[in-house]
Amino acid sequence: MDFLNAIVALLNFVIIPAAAYGAQLALGALGATLVYGVLRFSNFALGDTMAFGTAITILGTWWLQSHGVSFGILPTALLALPFGIAVTAALALATDRVVYRYYRQVRAKPVIVVIASMGVMFVMSGITRFVIGVEEIRFVDGTKFVIEANSFKQATGLAEGLALRSTQLLTMVTAALVVAALFWFLNSTRTGKSMRAYSDNEDLALLSGINPERVVAITWIIASALAVIAGTLYGLDKAYKAFNYFSLLLPIFAAAVVGGLGNPLGAIAGGFLVAFSEVGVTYAWKKVAGYVMPEGLAPDGLLQILSTDYKFSVSFAILILVLLFKPTGIFKGKAV
Amino acid sequence: MKKLLAATAASALFAGVASADEVKIGVLLGFTGPIESLTGSMATAAEAAMKEVSDSGLFMGGSTVTSIRADSTCIDSAAATAAAEKLVTSDKVAGLVGADCSGVTGAVLSNVAVPNGIAMISPSATSPALSTAEDNGLFFRTAPSDAREGEIAGMIMAERGIKSAALTYSNSDYGKGLAEAIQKGFEAQGGTITINAAHEDGKADYSAEVAALAAAGGDILVVAGYVDQGGSGILRAAVDTGAFSLFELPGGMISDTLTQNVPEGLNGSFGQVPGNDSPGLKTLGDMSGGAFDVSSPYTPESYDAAALMLLAMAAANSTNSADYAPKIMDLANAPGEKIYPGELKKALEIINAGGDIDYVGGSAVELIGPGESAGNYREIEVKDNKIETVKYR
Repeated sequence: MDFLNAIVALLNFVIIPAAAYGAQLALGALGATLVYGVLRFSNFALGDTMAFGTAITILGTWWLQSHGVSFGILPTALLALPFGIAVTAALALATDRVVYRYYRQVRAKPVIVVIASMGVMFVMSGITRFVIGVEEIRFVDGTKFVIEANSFKQATGLAEGLALRSTQLLTMVTAALVVAALFWFLNSTRTGKSMRAYSDNEDLALLSGINPERVVAITWIIASALAVIAGTLYGLDKAYKAFNYFSLLLPIFAAAVVGGLGNPLGAIAGGFLVAFSEVGVTYAWKKVAGYVMPEGLAPDGLLQILSTDYKFSVSFAILILVLLFKPTGIFKGKAV
Repeated sequence: MKKLLAATAASALFAGVASADEVKIGVLLGFTGPIESLTGSMATAAEAAMKEVSDSGLFMGGSTVTSIRADSTCIDSAAATAAAEKLVTSDKVAGLVGADCSGVTGAVLSNVAVPNGIAMISPSATSPALSTAEDNGLFFRTAPSDAREGEIAGMIMAERGIKSAALTYSNSDYGKGLAEAIQKGFEAQGGTITINAAHEDGKADYSAEVAALAAAGGDILVVAGYVDQGGSGILRAAVDTGAFSLFELPGGMISDTLTQNVPEGLNGSFGQVPGNDSPGLKTLGDMSGGAFDVSSPYTPESYDAAALMLLAMAAANSTNSADYAPKIMDLANAPGEKIYPGELKKALEIINAGGDIDYVGGSAVELIGPGESAGNYREIEVKDNKIETVKYR
């Protein structure tokens, strides 16, 4: 019984939240790694692209709701996603046209493009705040729980409750579907192959007749779609606030770098690694240890390695360790 | 030069001697900044007390009272100090009603009030640190210290049979001070605080914070935060994961938006917020005539701060801070005739006749310890998703 309690507590407070968070990070990191792979720069505007796309999706959700449309037990926001993706992709393509294309033509150094992307970031965050404001917005509807803590306790007779929010389950399922579709696209379609070819060796790809502008445009569209999906899932699971997406930039890049920049598989592994480290390091293990350890040996302290205030420092630490000891990441990406 | 010195000495001698004159009072509140929505009502209430005293014609041989406003900004200590300096040295005010926020109040007290020997009564600074600030007997407040709220919270929890509690606070001066006060208050009642952890405001996700709080355990969770900030996020995460089912909610969490932000899971939770049911509050509301709003935080306290200061001057028959400041405690507390808002004329009559008054005012003032309000609190409980008053303490 005690062992079961320990497992349930672990699931409830560590594994489920970290898995949902990891899936959100993985989607964001995929967007970062794709842009890095094809366009060869770290896109600092990613966080604010997520914020912008989510804002548009929220507007679409409100519009649908005002017309009495709902998605049954699922959040209405999922129906508004295509609209959010279309607008965000259009914005990304326009930005590429106005800003990045010039730097590609003059073959500017990556660091210059990175700084340009910071400028884009400021403009985008301004636009987002004009569109939807700075307040916290909760736009989730539909069924809230798949498993509810109190009814779980009553049903099983365990001391620990287990809660699984529908948004957490939805996040993991959607992430799995999107990742599967992306890999199929990259590995099996002609366009996907041309993207990988362009990413591996630009000059050779050009020689074999691949149209670079088309590859770039498709990359932006896919990266925008990933960003909007990740941003909307994050907003559904937690709450929407423009500034929070800016703070997501650090764990997302940590995930992409840990996995190996430019490597899609690495981005996914990196996302989960960062999420589980953040939650695991800041979790107080006292309760779980109390169930598992024999009587009398249960600890008095909290067994918390790091206070939750320092959650973001975990991403920093991972980033520094990887850059020091394995700059190419776990799954051989490009060295930074 | 000799003449100048003589004149200065003479004016110093005569300063503080009563004659039908104009008495200036500085109103130092944050008319710009984070609490600008509250200070308009506060200042108007303070000036209403001054007008009442002037109109009575009984104040220090028929003297009139003039208010001079200045901006404390609530957060910028340097700006508040400069504004107070101007009030004291160039406008020559006889006393200060203010400042408002705890940080600037401390700065004005140590940089302006104490060096110049000017008394100040703050209507809204609640930091426990001000209880022990060096004030030469010049500083008073009609607002209670947060330490008092900690005692009340401890008492409420003990009365409800709570033995242990996890505690989380907003990582701000307010949250930290209040959290320490609650821990002290609860432990004094024999309770145990299992964890005392901060949470940052303005984050999307508080599941990690709640996980740590849940691991430490406890009968209830105390959330010393802001309802429009992280406090509600903590509550939502705690309700969703089933980590806690009962919550103790201090003043910063009590607002109409609480049950909107956290629509379920709060029934049975309880808390306390400054408030009283004295008849004075209603009288003050009736006499405001819409000029100020007595339900706005610290507005009755502002009326009381100005009234107490003027009554003390009348009792000492002097506008010199060193003379009237010691009278403030006597006037605010028993024994004596109880004085409610709108009765300042009656109070002046009693004082001029050499009698004793017990100023009650709009906020049921009772000054304790180092000259701060004992504090009256409203105990609340969430029933059917609505905040309901249980009783007043």
